Amino acid sequence: MRIFANHRMSAARGWTRLALVPALAAAALILTPDIGRADPPIEQVYDIYCAQCHGLKRNGTGVNLPGLSVRPRDHTDTKGMGDTPDEELFKAIKDGGLAVNKSALMPTWSAVLSDKQITEMVKYLRKVCKCGT
Amino acid sequence: MKNKLPLATAVITAALLSTAHAADKLDASCASCHALTKPTDTSIERIINRKGPDLWYAGSKFNADWLMAWLQDPKPIRPAGYPYFKVIKEGPEHDVPDASKITAHPKLAKAAAESATAALMALKTPDLVPAGAFKGDAAGARMGALAFTKLRGCITCHQGEDGKGGFSGPELTNAGARLQPDFIAAYTADPQRFDPHIWMPTLTLKDQDIQRLTAYLSVQGRGDKK
Repeated sequence: MRIFANHRMSAARGWTRLALVPALAAAALILTPDIGRADPPIEQVYDIYCAQCHGLKRNGTGVNLPGLSVRPRDHTDTKGMGDTPDEELFKAIKDGGLAVNKSALMPTWSAVLSDKQITEMVKYLRKVCKCGT
Repeated sequence: MKNKLPLATAVITAALLSTAHAADKLDASCASCHALTKPTDTSIERIINRKGPDLWYAGSKFNADWLMAWLQDPKPIRPAGYPYFKVIKEGPEHDVPDASKITAHPKLAKAAAESATAALMALKTPDLVPAGAFKGDAAGARMGALAFTKLRGCITCHQGEDGKGGFSGPELTNAGARLQPDFIAAYTADPQRFDPHIWMPTLTLKDQDIQRLTAYLSVQGRGDKK
């Protein structure tokens, strides 16, 4: 009887283990990280997220200009961009325009871009404005 | 806890299998442009390379009547094509869509549209779009209109009821006919939960904003619009 009971217990354990297989498979499907993937070039990141308002020419003439009540920042403006410190650019991208006392129409990008990407973006903007530090 | 694990496993597995089964019923050509099951690849490259929006949550997104009619007479939903950043070109005043790069969606016959609609509507994601995400307060629509056009700047990327607005997002002139209110509320609150790396930003909206915007959008393009 005791042997039978032990057998039932080990069978139950076996089923629990068996149930783990699809559980792990499901978890793998849901949680697969982007291991080994390099970020695309930062210019391409700009084209996806920033260009919709700031434009292919990076001068604030994006495809969304007809919907904007405030003209987006001209990233080729050497003087205006040169007067804006790196920290402010970083904060504007990460936390949005309001965080730096600018337009609320500049949204927060922290849900999409990593801090590393935002840092790269700031460096890229310095190239675009020809006002590198 | 031990006893709950097999149950949770069974639920997850059943959900995955039922979604996969529904996706199997769709013509293979749909899958050449649209993800019909939740993608395991969540990289930014997938966003760059895909040809059409994901449909793995279509049953929680669309209104079936609209979907069936649209599949038989597909008119563009995205004024700058998809993805917008592969379609635009420089224009005299601002960037503009390059019409030569916008491909028309295939038109389905009635029977094919009916079966495609049934299969797409089976692709539900109650975890992402919980019933009741929109609490149903239609009175917020007036403030929602103000939020859409001015306060929250949705019109920057989306064309609203009068066709005015930006180009990089889908037009919302008929959002109420096309989309389920719970989807509008859930997606607006956190687009990246549905689509990591999507170019719609997560806005810092309070639930009150979400409810008002949804009240406004969910009557756009509907015959019973108030």
